[in-house]
Amino acid sequence: MHHPLRYLFFNAFARPLLLILIGLNVRRRHLLPSRGPALLIANHNSHLDTLMLMLLFSSTTRRRVRPVAAADYFLKNRVLAWFATRIIGILPIDRANIGRTGSDGQRMDPLLVVTEALDREEIVILFPEGTRGEPEHLGKFQSGVAHIVRKRPDVPVTPVFIHGLGKALPRGEALLVPFFCDAFVGEPIYWTGDRTSFMNKVHDCITTLAGEANRPTW
Amino acid sequence: MNWSTLPSTVRWTIAGIFALLVVASIVVRTIQRAKPDANLGELAARVRSWWVMVIVFVIAMVLSRTISLVFFAFVSFLALKEYFSNTPVRLADRRPLFWAYLAIPLQYYWIGIEWYGLFIIFIPVYCFLAIPIRMLVIGQTDGYLRAAAAIHWGLMICVFCLSHAAFLLILRPADDATTLAGPGLVLFLVVLTQLNDVAQYIWGKSLGKHRIVPRVSPGKTWEGFLGGAVTTTALACFLGPVLTPMTIAQSAIAGALIAVVGFFGDINLSALKRDVGIKDSGSLLPGHGGILDRVDSLTYTAPIFFHYVYYLFHWQTFGTTGG
Repeated sequence: MHHPLRYLFFNAFARPLLLILIGLNVRRRHLLPSRGPALLIANHNSHLDTLMLMLLFSSTTRRRVRPVAAADYFLKNRVLAWFATRIIGILPIDRANIGRTGSDGQRMDPLLVVTEALDREEIVILFPEGTRGEPEHLGKFQSGVAHIVRKRPDVPVTPVFIHGLGKALPRGEALLVPFFCDAFVGEPIYWTGDRTSFMNKVHDCITTLAGEANRPTW
Repeated sequence: MNWSTLPSTVRWTIAGIFALLVVASIVVRTIQRAKPDANLGELAARVRSWWVMVIVFVIAMVLSRTISLVFFAFVSFLALKEYFSNTPVRLADRRPLFWAYLAIPLQYYWIGIEWYGLFIIFIPVYCFLAIPIRMLVIGQTDGYLRAAAAIHWGLMICVFCLSHAAFLLILRPADDATTLAGPGLVLFLVVLTQLNDVAQYIWGKSLGKHRIVPRVSPGKTWEGFLGGAVTTTALACFLGPVLTPMTIAQSAIAGALIAVVGFFGDINLSALKRDVGIKDSGSLLPGHGGILDRVDSLTYTAPIFFHYVYYLFHWQTFGTTGG
């Protein structure tokens, strides 16, 4: 990653944009992981979600923060690919490989890059809804996160509920309209032993956090 | 205008506000020390936020005229953003909302070029007509009236009303264009509006029994309201002749006006918060809530006090093309 440019991008552009133009209300920032390996999961409504979650960390910790993003979207042209990998530092995931079988007959694991990053003691941001979805609508959480945590059961999973950025910059819109946004951080969740109970726990946590928001949706 | 060109009375008043803050901090510290069990967290946070607000306000007022106007515009922006964030809006309203935000720099630009005629009609007439046009182009008629009304209400309260405090700042007497009447008038308005809130709160807490509007704001009592009004009027009689061209009698009326309309500004936003189901409009100012919670009274006192002094004296005629 290009650290000086990355530092400049986050502190000279993203920070004023998110903190002054949009305005952020963070609850329980101290629950965020201070070191990797750790997973951060959040609901996803806007491109700004990633920037905002990364801004919650200090500049030093942010060096180890890697958001998971779709390769087919962010690597589609060279400029965007440079920006996504060198400045934001995404972990590109090949969505086309989900559920496919590789040439060696094994099921392909598109989330392998995540476990590798965790093994490098990085903090990985994951949006289990998979896509930004309808503005300000909480979609179903995919079980990919369970798949990762099953392999690395010691990794804490910190849930964050984000509200408002989907109004400021929803999917398919280029015009940014300022709204105050909330980020509610929850207690870290650990692997429960099986997929269903883990996903239920994740779902319960996010729903509880979502219940804290009293701002109107659309 | 900067610190050295400010009238000495304005400088002394600013020194007085800081003295008041020091006293408030000492009182909170003393009570905390005497009664460690007393839960003063909220009060302490409130006083700390007052320090920040006063320091930012004073810096914005003394650096330059442009910075003062940008400061007021920024307060309007934060207030409007809080309002839009807490009010139900439709996805289709995003572009009209963007237009509404654009009204802020324009409104304060008219003040900067001293174009009174446009300042006074820009939002009530032109924005009132233009934003629905933007909505019509999008064409979503479900909830049309509600959205158009909500957007305009926010613009009126957060931009139009608050911007009167900024216009107050640039007023110059007709017979003596070199005198800076503005800083003293703004200080008089802001100090009395905020102290009126504090006085009503303290009187209400100590003597309050009879509620005025239990369904809108249960904490507001006749005792608090009247005690605050008397305190504010008395303080106005002292500050008015010092800070502004007003006589004692004119200052007393100004103080009473600020106390009464400030109360309504306060409960006006209380009713809004109750309607949308929130307690505080935000979390920007620890101990206070959001920016709208702090400027609620000012949304009423600024235009009313402005038009009162605008009527009382002859001011420089503000041209139709600025300058």
